[in-house]
Amino acid sequence: MAYATEVRQWYQEEIARIAEAGLLKQERFIHGIQGAEILVEFPPGSRPRTVINLCANNYLGFSGHPEVIAAARETLESRGYGMSSVRFICGTQDLHRELERRLTDFLETEDTLLFPSCMDANAGVFEALLAEQDVLIADRLVHASIVDGMRLCKAVQDTYKHSDMGHLEEKLVEHQDKRFRMVVTDGVFSMDGDVAKLDEIVMLAEKHRALVCVDDSHATGFMGARGKGTHEACGVLGKIDLITTTLGKALGGASGGCVSGRKELVELCRQRARPYLFSNAVAPAVIGGALKVLELLTRSTERRDVLERNAEEWRRGLVQAGFDVKPGRSPIVPVMLYNARLAQDMARDLFDEGIYVVGFFFPVVPKGQARIRTQVSAAHEQRHLDRGIEAFVKVGKKYGILGKGKRELVEAFGG
Amino acid sequence: MDDLQRTIRDYVVKEYLEEGDDREVGESTPLITGGIVDSFSMVSLKRFLEKRYGIQIPDAEATPAAFDTVSGIAALVQKFRK
Repeated sequence: MAYATEVRQWYQEEIARIAEAGLLKQERFIHGIQGAEILVEFPPGSRPRTVINLCANNYLGFSGHPEVIAAARETLESRGYGMSSVRFICGTQDLHRELERRLTDFLETEDTLLFPSCMDANAGVFEALLAEQDVLIADRLVHASIVDGMRLCKAVQDTYKHSDMGHLEEKLVEHQDKRFRMVVTDGVFSMDGDVAKLDEIVMLAEKHRALVCVDDSHATGFMGARGKGTHEACGVLGKIDLITTTLGKALGGASGGCVSGRKELVELCRQRARPYLFSNAVAPAVIGGALKVLELLTRSTERRDVLERNAEEWRRGLVQAGFDVKPGRSPIVPVMLYNARLAQDMARDLFDEGIYVVGFFFPVVPKGQARIRTQVSAAHEQRHLDRGIEAFVKVGKKYGILGKGKRELVEAFGG
Repeated sequence: MDDLQRTIRDYVVKEYLEEGDDREVGESTPLITGGIVDSFSMVSLKRFLEKRYGIQIPDAEATPAAFDTVSGIAALVQKFRK
């Protein structure tokens, strides 16, 4: 069929509607390696300028780490550029399995299966393991990829109020007639930065005979004393049935994800998970880089320790300056503004001040919960944090928001 | 607000509002477009209605638009109770 004028027009109007609603996403072009300071071209065509990056998932600073780059380059040379195959035909190198074994050891699980991304892992895992007679019970703030994965699965779906253990228990009781119950949560919630109550979730799951699945993408590599993740931070190592996580954040930030957990569940994903079965193997260079990251992580906890200190300091600085910051202990530190326009305006002014942050608003976060999400990295030095606070204070003063809480902000700017 | 609407309203308040959220829910309060109920969590409301009133609401009818207000949901229930 021809791409008829009216078809083109419809799509043009749809894009215009997104723009009119102020929801058009525009990429900013980074010239160089991802890091604490980056050279950014924005708007397109403008002269690139150096800004401090406070919105990357580069929690441990491995995205541009020399040893990781060297390992990836070495693997590129020795194992080639791509696999030109899905894993089960002829796309599995010894290094893929080696990385799966290393992830299993690191996460202290029984087995691991790599996926092209954690988005793919979440899209495939539920459909592979559960059926009509089962139920998935998810925290209402789980990542969009879990929502999509649940929709692809035939199991009954239910949700509980964010981190509300009483509500979760009600749901577990309500669904006692199902064959299997699976509780699904993020380990660290990506927009709020708070940590799931995994110890309580595990307790409830044991009481009501349910499986537990945790997406630990914003935790693997740094949460817990050895950086194993939220399950380590909450004292439930070995008690989580399924962990989905990513290589695309703290573990080097390239691409790839995995399902790790009970060996039978992982094996069934190997047999049935469609994103695993029908997409290419993760590129060898990425595997080489990820193996190096795991080696560095098990050699020393220094980077996660630095990240922890940076996150504490950054959070304290914002709070002391008078910003309304969501409480938490992760490197995700949301500055609450409640008004979408204010979040956008402040993010733009901060960029002018040399600070790269992004405003988030509905539908990415609930209505009336607009914010600037800041993310700290082990790659940040003291001067980056100091400069960041200085810029936030300057911009905060401009809008007269320092020292104001939710009620005052909503009164002044609208919710 | 009649009994049916009140039952639906009470369920919405209990099931979807967080503790401390004192938003008023009336018969025409926008639930989904107003950000009280998201489409992901809407399934429990559908299941509640089906169980409580012994009806089956086809997925094609259980749209976010149809579930956007207490009065709209009540009308949908009435339609399938007949």
